[in-house]
Amino acid sequence: MTNHWGDYIYTDVFMNIGGNTAESHIISMKHIERAQRKGAKFIAVDPRFTHTAAIADIHVPIRSGTNLAYVCGLMNYIIQNERHQKEYVKHYTNATYLIHEDFDLDEETGYFSGVQDDPIRKCKKYDQTTWNYQRDAEGNVLRDMDMQDPNCVWQIMKRIYSKYTIKNVSDVTGCPEETLEKAYNLYSSTGEPGKAGNIMYALGITHFTHGAQNTRSLCVVQLMLGNMGIPGGGVNAQRGQSNVQGATDQAILYHIIPGYLGVPRAARHPDLATYLDVETPKVKECWWSNKPKYMVSLLKEFWGDNATAANDFCYDYFPKLDHRDHSQIPIYKNMGEGEVKGLICFAENPVVGGSSTKTKRDYQSKLDWFVCSDIFETESVAWWYEDGVNPKEIQTEVFMLPAAACLEREGTKANSSRWIQWMYKAQNPPGEARWDLQIAYELFSRLQDAYASGGGAFPEPITKLQWDYGMDGDKSQVDVVKVCRALNGYYTDGRPYEKSFVTNFVGLQDDGSTACGNWLYGGYYNNLKAPACQSRVTEAPGEGLGTQRGWSFAWPLNRRIVYNRCSADLEGKPWNPATQMFWWDNDGNLIADKNLDTPDWPGGWNTNFEQLRDFPFIMLPEGRGRLFAAAGAIADAPLPIHYETAESLFPNLFYPKATYNPVSERFYEDHVVETDEERARYPYIMNTYRCTEHYQTGIMTRNMPWLNEIAPELYIEMDPELASNLGIKPGDMVEIGSKRLYKDGKQGYIEARACVTERLQPFVVHGRKVHQVGMPFNWGYMGMNKGSITNDLSPSVGCAIVSTPEYKGFLCCIRKKEV
Amino acid sequence: MRKAILLDTSKCIACRGCQVACKNWNQLPAEDTVFNSNFENPPELSPITWMRVTFKEEMKDGKFKWYFGSDRCMHCTDAACMMVCPVGAIYRTETGSVNINYDKCIGCNYCVANCPFEAMSFDREANHPVKCTMCIDRTSNGLLPACVKACPAGALQYGDRDKLATRASARVAKLQAEGNNKAGVYGLEEVSGTGTMYVLENDPDYYGLPSADIQVPFKARAWNVIFKPLRVLAVIAVALGLWGNRSESKEIQDAASVAKGKES
Repeated sequence: MTNHWGDYIYTDVFMNIGGNTAESHIISMKHIERAQRKGAKFIAVDPRFTHTAAIADIHVPIRSGTNLAYVCGLMNYIIQNERHQKEYVKHYTNATYLIHEDFDLDEETGYFSGVQDDPIRKCKKYDQTTWNYQRDAEGNVLRDMDMQDPNCVWQIMKRIYSKYTIKNVSDVTGCPEETLEKAYNLYSSTGEPGKAGNIMYALGITHFTHGAQNTRSLCVVQLMLGNMGIPGGGVNAQRGQSNVQGATDQAILYHIIPGYLGVPRAARHPDLATYLDVETPKVKECWWSNKPKYMVSLLKEFWGDNATAANDFCYDYFPKLDHRDHSQIPIYKNMGEGEVKGLICFAENPVVGGSSTKTKRDYQSKLDWFVCSDIFETESVAWWYEDGVNPKEIQTEVFMLPAAACLEREGTKANSSRWIQWMYKAQNPPGEARWDLQIAYELFSRLQDAYASGGGAFPEPITKLQWDYGMDGDKSQVDVVKVCRALNGYYTDGRPYEKSFVTNFVGLQDDGSTACGNWLYGGYYNNLKAPACQSRVTEAPGEGLGTQRGWSFAWPLNRRIVYNRCSADLEGKPWNPATQMFWWDNDGNLIADKNLDTPDWPGGWNTNFEQLRDFPFIMLPEGRGRLFAAAGAIADAPLPIHYETAESLFPNLFYPKATYNPVSERFYEDHVVETDEERARYPYIMNTYRCTEHYQTGIMTRNMPWLNEIAPELYIEMDPELASNLGIKPGDMVEIGSKRLYKDGKQGYIEARACVTERLQPFVVHGRKVHQVGMPFNWGYMGMNKGSITNDLSPSVGCAIVSTPEYKGFLCCIRKKEV
Repeated sequence: MRKAILLDTSKCIACRGCQVACKNWNQLPAEDTVFNSNFENPPELSPITWMRVTFKEEMKDGKFKWYFGSDRCMHCTDAACMMVCPVGAIYRTETGSVNINYDKCIGCNYCVANCPFEAMSFDREANHPVKCTMCIDRTSNGLLPACVKACPAGALQYGDRDKLATRASARVAKLQAEGNNKAGVYGLEEVSGTGTMYVLENDPDYYGLPSADIQVPFKARAWNVIFKPLRVLAVIAVALGLWGNRSESKEIQDAASVAKGKES
């Protein structure tokens, strides 16, 4: 989240797209209700009429997978009706920048200029030369401040989005034209200076082969309307798991290392100098120009005294990535192919929550060993319990490590709006259950000992790691404060432990004099007596902006609203005086109430206003928000356009010869529905999601009788017309299949109860009526409440950028179960 | 000061946090349920379910509307259960909630049979009626009722009944001004006013509530006026009461034994 729930109260219009706040992020409703009481309007974009739609002013039903058509339509509406925040667009975005003259989009295929075959990923890739800015001889970007040049970003957008008329968008999404018009009109009203529009999204945006483009399109809309960096605005990802923000910060994803630094890749970054050169922007105002300090401090934290300038701070020891994708889909593929021999699974249940999970369970059986750490026995660790599976045929050696639940351990959690909050443990874990941190640390310690005594091919990267987090030298007991210090950062010059903490990441250096496990966390735990993450000072009512700066610590630098420079105009006057965070006197000197927020510009409190005129977005080398993702920014399209889902009943009505996202890797052949004959066999659109009562794969909640009482069985939601066509009555047992369960000429099925409801309505797309159904995926064969695994149906195709599987908008077949 | 719980159904998101919080605080076991296509579960109140969220879907003139409500004790001013109790076991607390003194209760079940909201259940095993207590054990210790505490949507409120009534009327005025002429407050006048009040977006029957002209049954009033003073007749009346309600008692007993089976 760029903002926080606390400043939702300043929102004029909410748009919840690809998320179901009232069912999946329930506590947010407290803040939304407050804003609604003040008169805020709410738009719920969802294929189904959900609990969120029930409290919304406008419900926009769109066919699953057509978010981009809807958002591009909104962009076109903004451009055509000049609803954009004019000054903001001109000065704070790259709308005025000129792009290479040869930049183009093929209106037939949906390919941008520079398209090439990618034989390794079996899809397309882009040579991005024509996506570059035009520059003068000195290297300065050429701009047209009137935004009239045909090559300027604004004119390119105007051209590309002109076909996303309300009529065409209605034709593709299946949403009635008048509903679209109403929603577009209402949301674009926040382009008026001083108004705040808030976009909340979740996995209904990311679970697509064009997921990253979906997210980007929301950012573009917010930039067009001047909603970024202001109280009540922002692009607000509603996280589902309580510490998923923290996990992402610490690099749970394979393509980054802690603090969102790029993962070192063998071919691209052979040595430290090359890594720093390739990864660091050359513009000194851009905050990422400090990257060498963060990378060197990270290496120093890993290898301690062993890391010196002479040996590249042990960069050679850092594991390097090969050219391949190592997200969940390919990890399991590699298991099936025998390349991956063992798996450690911490608090994850991939054979329920992943895609094509029936296949995943088969692949898991090929492992030599499998370690799982969880609070209950999950489907993933106990896959031989499934009906029809013969345990004798599974040779995998399985270890189950009982884990402590979240209330049984101590440490921090980071919430969606980047607050790192300390949590004390409420009680000790039962039996032999242990903290994740302890399990991980003991595993590390034993591995280090094993390499130290047994050698091995290349033991130094592990034996020389200097992770001294043991409690009083006892390697089996981890001292969580020592880990906090490592993340916060410390000086390595041997000063006393209690005085060694760096104040924040501004103090980090690239010469080895500091060590830091995650630069973004700098300042959250910078002393032993009163660390910021344990602070619990609340704003008095009427005081402050709801930013609650005294409560815990938000990365970066306790900044609550990122890009907050944009809350004021070029001259420093706030767009909305009622929510102003900073203001300047006539001499350009900053006068601010330091309790409101931390300024987001180079130099912070000490900067003269003139110095920061040109750099409202300090993380980008341009210093301005990217409507257009110029060369090098993203491997996917430079401007978001509509692509159908991998399995779709329809051709792309905007680009008739387009496939699904052309740069999304094709992992498997003959995996998705591609022919008309297959489309006839799987004629319904499936949308998967979570229900309120069960959490994620249900491991915690399906072992809770009170929740099983209110949500006792897996169900499939369908409209009454479809139910009547198929002879299905409410509560009937129904069988659902997809191409993933079609094997050797036989269709396999999963089972669910029929929920027949008018909350779902057929869509009329391009004159043809289609039925969409929906299922939660919170069930499995373990625990007190058992049910089919919905994800047995979903395809293993992923987003072009981050490989998140396309859990939504795939095709299925349905029939009533014969009893 | 009389207290009340107000449910503003126009703000309810049907997360059912209140329903689970009620079970949690009162340590009520879960019922064995099956999937219900409209999501309501358990299907009715029972000795181990004292409040539940109700759902109603309506498609009218191409516009869909989802009504969320709740089903629980109303803590009536004219409380039929109090009137008919032959031994005075049902009493009004300082906060105005209607509660049961199990030391006095003789298990006649007559209160359950006369509740116009069908909000009481008879626990056959313990041989006394049970229902929502308005969390008297919490409120008397300065805590909010469990359901109100759990509500994330600002739909449930607890406080002085007068203030909540004013707030409810203001909210209804706003809903009406926005074009919903069906919006209304429930519980201001019904049975001379209730301790559980609602802001409704449509007629009471959309929420499973009796119509707004609900009255305490005549037989209950008659019992209260004519017979109750004659305590000597109580024992006979109890016998009659039991006999008159034996079929219902059997139902409740079945529900209880199902629940118990699950527990064991």
